This record gives sequence, C-alpha cells and structure tokens, in this order.
Amino acid sequence: MSPAVVVGVLVAGGVFLLLQRGLLRVVLGFVLLGHAMVVLVLAAGGDRGGFALPGNGAGEPADPLPQAFVLTAVVIAFAVTVYLLGLLRAGSGDLGDDDARGPS
Amino acid sequence: MSALLVAPVALPLVAAAVLLLLPRSAALGRVVGIGSTALVVVAAAVLLVRTLTGEVPVVQVGGWPAGIAVVLALDAFGALVLLLTAAVTLLGLVYAIGTGEDREHTFTPLVLVMSAGVSGALSTADLFNLFVFVEVVLIPSYVLLGLAGRRQRVAGARLYVSINLLASTLFLGGIGLLYGVTGTVQLGELAGVAAGSVPAALAASVVLLAMAVKSAVVPLHSWLPGSYSVAGPAVTVLFSGLLTKVGLYALFRLYSVLFDGDPRFLWVLPAVAVLTMVVGVLSAVGSSAVRPVLTSHMVSQIGYVLVGLGLSTAAGLAAATFFLVQYVLVKAALFMVGGAVEVRYGTDVLDQLGGGLVHRERWLAVAFAGSALALVGIPPTSGFVAKLQLASAAAADGPWWVLLAVVAVSLVTLVSMLKLWNGVFWGSPDGAPERETGGSVAVATRTASWTLVGPPLLLAGAALVLGIWAEPLLAAATVAGEQLADPTAWVSAVTGR
Repeated sequence: MSPAVVVGVLVAGGVFLLLQRGLLRVVLGFVLLGHAMVVLVLAAGGDRGGFALPGNGAGEPADPLPQAFVLTAVVIAFAVTVYLLGLLRAGSGDLGDDDARGPS
Repeated sequence: MSALLVAPVALPLVAAAVLLLLPRSAALGRVVGIGSTALVVVAAAVLLVRTLTGEVPVVQVGGWPAGIAVVLALDAFGALVLLLTAAVTLLGLVYAIGTGEDREHTFTPLVLVMSAGVSGALSTADLFNLFVFVEVVLIPSYVLLGLAGRRQRVAGARLYVSINLLASTLFLGGIGLLYGVTGTVQLGELAGVAAGSVPAALAASVVLLAMAVKSAVVPLHSWLPGSYSVAGPAVTVLFSGLLTKVGLYALFRLYSVLFDGDPRFLWVLPAVAVLTMVVGVLSAVGSSAVRPVLTSHMVSQIGYVLVGLGLSTAAGLAAATFFLVQYVLVKAALFMVGGAVEVRYGTDVLDQLGGGLVHRERWLAVAFAGSALALVGIPPTSGFVAKLQLASAAAADGPWWVLLAVVAVSLVTLVSMLKLWNGVFWGSPDGAPERETGGSVAVATRTASWTLVGPPLLLAGAALVLGIWAEPLLAAATVAGEQLADPTAWVSAVTGR
C-alpha cells in the first residue's frame, strides 16, 4: 500500500513541476518522476522483507532483479539530468529566460 | 555465428573507445569510423542471408544460463533493419566528411556508440536490455544534437532531451509494471501474455506508449520537427535513419510478441496510423523550408509503416517491412540533398533560395528528383512497389478508409515535393543565390564535394534499383512479415525451448 502512495505523490509532484515554466523546474520534475519509477520497479519485485542476499537469516531473500534494474536506471537518469542541467546553463543568457516571455 | 551477432554491438563500441584514446586526427577518425561501420554492414548482410532461410541465430552473451544471460537474437525482420541502419550510418559518416561535421573530434565516436546501441536494441530479446540499449542510442544523440551549438540548437536540444527523458521514464515504468504483473522481462517468456490477461495488456500498452513517443506517432509527434530541424545536416540524416526506426522496430516486435497480433486492439493502430499520415503530410505542405518539410514527412511516412502493423496480417507486415526499408533510404537521400544545399548556400528557406539550382547543382537535382519520386510513390521507383504492396494489403484486410488515406496522402506528398522542387531547383538561374563561403555551417571544400553529392545519388539509385528489381527485397520482406505474424520461431530461439 505505502509504495503506491509514495509513487502517487512523487508522480503528482513531478507532473506538476514538468508543467511549470522554466527548465530548472522541469529538470526537478524529471528527478521526482525518476524517483517514482524507482519505487515502482522496486515495488514490482514484491515485498518479501529480506535483503537480496540468500542465507542471511532474515526470511526469504528479496527479488534481486528489480534492484539491478533500478541501479542501471538511476545511473542513466543521473547522466541525462546532468546533461539537461548543462543545456540549461548553455542556453541561459542568449535565449532569453523561459519565464520572461510569458505572462508573469 | 555468435561472434557475428555480437559484432554489430561490440565493434562500434570498441572503435569509439579507441578513437577517443588516440590523438585527435580527422583522417584517423574517418578510417576507423567508416571501416568499423563497413564491417558491421558485412556482418549484418551475412546475418540477413542466414535468417532468410527461417533460421534465428541466437547467442547467450557471457555464457550464463538462460534467464540470466543477455540474449541476442535476430530474425529476418531484425537482420533487415540492422543491415539498413548500418548502411545509413556508413553513408552518413561519408556524408559528414562533406558537411565538415566530422571535424568535431567527438562526432565519429558518438555516431559509433549510437550505432552500437541501435544494433543492440534490434537484437536484444529482453525488455530491460531494450531500455538500456535505447538509452545507449539516445545519450550520444543528445550530444550530437547540441554539437557546434547555434543558438536555436540549444532550444531544440532542450525539447528533444526533455521529451525523450519523459518517454524513457514512462518506458521504465511500463517495464516495472510488466515485471510486477508477470515476473519476467524476457520477451520470449512474455510471448502472448498481453493477449491473455488484462493487467499485462495494460502494462504492455504503457511500454508501447513510450515507444510511440520515440517513433513520433501522432499525437505524440510534435517534438520531432522542432528538434530535427536544428541539428547539423549529417546528424539529421543519421537521426532519421536510426532513432525513430528503433522506436518503430520496438513497436513491431512488442506488438508481435506480447500481443500476438491480438485482434481486439487492432482498431487503435489503423486509426493512429492514418492520423499520423494525414497530420504529418499536412504540416509538410504548410512548411516553408527544406528541412521542416522533410521532417514533417518523416511523421507521415511513420504512419504508412504503422498501417502495416495495424493490419497485422503477414501481407501487411511484409508490406510495412518493404516500406520501412525503402523509406529510410529515400528519406536519408532527401535529407542529404537538403543538407548539401544548406551547406553550400547557407540557408534552406525556400524564399531565400529562390529556385534555379538545377543549373548549378545538376547531380543534386537528379538525386532530389529520384528520391522525391520514390517518396511520392511513382513508378518505377521503390516507393511505388512499397505503396502498391501496402494498398493491396489494406484492400484485402483493412477498412476502406485506410486504403483511401494511403492513396490520398500520396497525392498531398506529391504537392509538397513539387513545392520543394520549384522552390529549390526549378526556375531561371538568375534567382539562385551566390555560394556562401562562410557562415555558421562549415563550408566544404571543392575537393570534398563528392562526399556531399555521392551518398544521396547512391541512395536515389538504390531507390530506382529497388523499384525495378524489387524481387529480392520483396522476398526478404515476405519472410520477415511471416515471422512477425507468427513469432514462434523467434520465441523458441530466445527461450531455448
């Protein structure tokens, strides 16, 4: 139940930020959406309580596959986020601020 | 055999790494880039010959047991698209010499990484690996789009990166949902799940939605004209040949395997396909520069390919395969001509060009005429054969309005191609602008100009050859269509059962 609430809140916040003016808020929105997907994929592995290591005595080991997925996805999302921030920096100044054009 | 399957993925990656380590040298970059891509073309051609017999070569990379290993497998459809993308990459690299874009040190390595990602996405049999390979394609493309950043290029790159990041996030979410529902992401294990269970169908459609964004299906297309129009000429050629095609390939593969051609969902695809065709071609008619017209046409042609998927019959899928192959070649040729005009005259806006280029750029005009006729679908070009196949498949199994749209959109395509022909090439030589010797785009030297004109001429020639001597490609497309309509061979190869 709780992962569903977390995903819902994160997606709502992410979508809200994506719809804002200004690339920085959009980037932050993508960060939130990325977190939401991480929680979603981890929750898809099911809640078995234990660590992803067999034989540690804490019940049935958790599903290692979603954890591997999430590790990969986090790295990719991080790289793309940094690149987007670079574009934000490259465009600032000569493009005019995204905020400046619209009604304030 | 296994080395042949791994080579298209591994070879460009290794070549890119080596190029980045070696001292900066344009000549070295060209030799390594073109050489390694040529080897990929050869590997893809050999694989295609093997797969045409119905065999599905498969390799478990790293020797791990099935279920853990990274599985690479190719059927006829995959091998055909692999050969196509490798050939476009090769010609794109040659063309980049002419436009001067490969003087940027990182250009060739980025293109090689992109082509490695495309090969991986085409041959993987695992949904999560597909996600990773798609990211391997996208991340170099982000950098390529922003290369030599003119001002509007940064704006285009922002749009492009944002929309693709959103689609990738959605893709990841879809994979998570599918894993939660079924407990596996191996496409072979997932065969037919979406046809059997509603939660799995919903999860799979999230994945399909993400792929539809990446292949610019209307109404998710508006990012494509905005971002492709600002890229460099050779970068646009490579993007048009590689990027949206990965999305299309994934749509075909996933619908064929996950949904098993489920007829319950088949009303959606023709509707979306026709909408894509019509909206794309109308925005092409309304554009007033070469590149925006061509990028809008990309959207329209993607609709044509989707018509075949929407029919989901062996004949429809075969027609879509044939159409995909010829359209990628023709589109690359048109983008090359447009880019060459832009490199030589500093603009591709029709009003500024004023026509009359046929007197100065005879070979460019020939290449444009040939490929534009093929895009419209006039005999004896390959476009005619492709559209005939598609129309007869639609007439046999589709609703009447699909057939109507296939024919009507072709006519509007002719209008927009005539507009380009009149605006750029036809007319008196007085109207033509002087050759620009400076400007934002690096201007090629005279000695290198065959690299600008040669690749589009070659591709236009290929369109003609494929129109007159269509039999080999038709046979290959038929095998591919049959395997897509009934993916049992592919599924049993990747699951090892």
